[in-house]
Amino acid sequence: MDMEKQKSAPICEALERFKKKRVVPFDVPGHKRGRGNPELTTLLGQQCVGIDVNSMKPLDNLCNPVSVIAEAEELMADAFGAAHAFLMVGGTTSAVQTMVLTVCKAGDKIILPRNVHKSVINAMILCGAVPIYVKPTIHPVIGVALGMEVEALKEAIAENPDAKAVLINNPTYYGICSNLKELTTVAHSAGLKVLCDEAHGTQLYFADGLPMAGMKAGVDMAAISMHKSGGSLTQSSVLLIGPDMDKGHVRQIINLTQTTSASYLLLSSLDLSRRNLSLRGKQSFAKVIEMSEYARNEINSIGDYYAYGRELIDGNSVFDFDVTKLCIFTKPIGLTGIEVYDLLRDEYDIQMEFGDLGTIMAYISIGDRMQDIERLVGALADIKRLYKKEGETLAYVDAVIPKVICSPQESFYAVKESLPIEKTAGRVCGESVMCYPPGIPILSPGEKITDEIIGHILYAKEKGCSLQGTADPEVKELRVLEGIRA
Amino acid sequence: MKHNSELVFSDSQSISASLSISVTKQLYHGESEFQEIDVFDSTSFGKFLVLDGEVIFSESDEFIYNEMVVHVPMAVHPNVKKVLIIGGGDGGVAREFTHYPEIEQIDVVEPDEQMIEVCRQFFPTMAMGFEDPRVHVYNQDGLRFVRSRENEYDIIINDATDPFGHAEGLFTKEFYGSCYRTLKEDGIMVYQHGSPFFDEEESTFRSMHRKVVKTFPISRVYNAHVPTCVSGYWTFGFASKKYHPIDDFNPERWDERNIKTWYYTSSLHKASFMLPRYVVDILREEEGRN
Repeated sequence: MDMEKQKSAPICEALERFKKKRVVPFDVPGHKRGRGNPELTTLLGQQCVGIDVNSMKPLDNLCNPVSVIAEAEELMADAFGAAHAFLMVGGTTSAVQTMVLTVCKAGDKIILPRNVHKSVINAMILCGAVPIYVKPTIHPVIGVALGMEVEALKEAIAENPDAKAVLINNPTYYGICSNLKELTTVAHSAGLKVLCDEAHGTQLYFADGLPMAGMKAGVDMAAISMHKSGGSLTQSSVLLIGPDMDKGHVRQIINLTQTTSASYLLLSSLDLSRRNLSLRGKQSFAKVIEMSEYARNEINSIGDYYAYGRELIDGNSVFDFDVTKLCIFTKPIGLTGIEVYDLLRDEYDIQMEFGDLGTIMAYISIGDRMQDIERLVGALADIKRLYKKEGETLAYVDAVIPKVICSPQESFYAVKESLPIEKTAGRVCGESVMCYPPGIPILSPGEKITDEIIGHILYAKEKGCSLQGTADPEVKELRVLEGIRA
Repeated sequence: MKHNSELVFSDSQSISASLSISVTKQLYHGESEFQEIDVFDSTSFGKFLVLDGEVIFSESDEFIYNEMVVHVPMAVHPNVKKVLIIGGGDGGVAREFTHYPEIEQIDVVEPDEQMIEVCRQFFPTMAMGFEDPRVHVYNQDGLRFVRSRENEYDIIINDATDPFGHAEGLFTKEFYGSCYRTLKEDGIMVYQHGSPFFDEEESTFRSMHRKVVKTFPISRVYNAHVPTCVSGYWTFGFASKKYHPIDDFNPERWDERNIKTWYYTSSLHKASFMLPRYVVDILREEEGRN
């Protein structure tokens, strides 16, 4: 990384120059630097609406960058050690979809773990790729799906020699990392492209002592959620590619679905976050690691709660662990994660990243303060004091792996009928069902519905998880493929 | 001597009102890990301490709340051995406790070492509280300190005043819950309850009472006139597991001690729990929400 060059922020500097010119806007956006919408200006501030401008020659164009955006992308690539970087304004969802759409066309097989984000499933609906799920190991205590095992990938490739690519979540939402380097070597030697969903992995590129980052391991494409741990604005993201990818082709794929009016608020936030990470990321993440490890120790010393960390590492399904992730297993106090998540918000004014059946997660980042960590730990201690349920045996049905009957695209567009959820066992699902967050589908289009899965959905619903993905907002009915019994 | 120029320190009280104090000299300015610390001298209030731009106390009126947070619970609780002061970086509260010979241990938890040093230097009559051998100072986060303790103290004083600064954690449900657990079965917690007069302060005042009422079986509010506090009117919370501040109040016992005070008296004790109608209404409203 060229530290001298990293000190510049080409998009932000172009915006500053542009502001000084006081150009008369006879172009969009129609609010014209906020004058046409004073309430919006009051809410967001003049600084902010003043740079909400359209693509134009001095500011470049994200659809085909040739000047300041191209420079910003080069700096981004250099910062992440990638052959090229694309600035994304449609969230990491668009980066993930671009990865799948780039390497798969209709009918192509892609190997992936079942606990992928819904954006991956949706990409397969768009392009018609067929998922080959690698059987994950479920941790016997915390009940979460672990990383991709090298042997499991070899098996999947042996059974599907025609597969085009493998997609790996690294790290997972829960901080679990796979042996990315070995997986990449195995996949490459079989002629597969390697896609890395690094939505939760920006920090791996800048901090010391964290698991290996995707580009370093030699993956071909990586989706980076800069707005998560990187500090940029919500909805901004980055897509990285390695030297064996065709940059022009990837740009075309991005432009299939990306807006032609990219927001300069998002782009400038990516530019500034990249500079910040390059110049100060190492120190910032050292602080994040320190806070996270401190919180883990303090929470574990309360008793009952289990804030897991590097002790999970087994060299295989947990090849490494990202200690910036603070997940807390709540089952031993007799409460589900979602119940603790609700208590923290309603009773203690603390908003967690997510709560699922067994776990709550606190997203620790460069914006956190020690005093807030103390509040979280204090609140968890108080929740244990006031709400612990003795001898409660919680049903635990996370991470069921459904059988794939039809491709996601085929099932999504098939003729369907709606049935009460209780009556859908044995049918093929025509839509997705997931708790959000974390947004990992319990059921995806084309999967066989079983009594166990129905039980899982109903239990999640009863415990207050926010369910999404179905046409029926209350998830009382599911759409299943007409006439097919699996 | 005639001053041709006037230096005024302005302490914002609400969005459109402030308390202005003519300053004769700025004695100190520094920034600690936690806050900005200033010490000024003035004719009307003597030396005064400012944290993050807000007056915390002045030499001329510190006796009022230091006496009120200590003597009120001490005149109620019959057997105090161990007390905990959270945020008492100036030493004033500790000083009041040292008047009681039966107290064996006075723990002060103040994360900001620099503030203690500043107080030692500029406010020696308060910081003398630290000199008593029974006083132990812990430079720690208050919330963390109480979290790990159980059934240990007879009285806890929460001396933190600003619910939006670094001590934000000391105004939360989790803090009150931890204090409850840290207190013995007949323990009392006294805390700064703020001023209900201006709208901006009222919501904090309400939420504090709401949280404490949920945590402690007895929760009463008392008041005092403190000139440098917001609107000059200040309240304190008396949260207790067993003793009632008036029913279990023992004036004779306290009078026999002959402690020299300037504000607190055993007759003022009861009067301080008699609140203006609008304050009573606010408190009742919050109690009704549970």
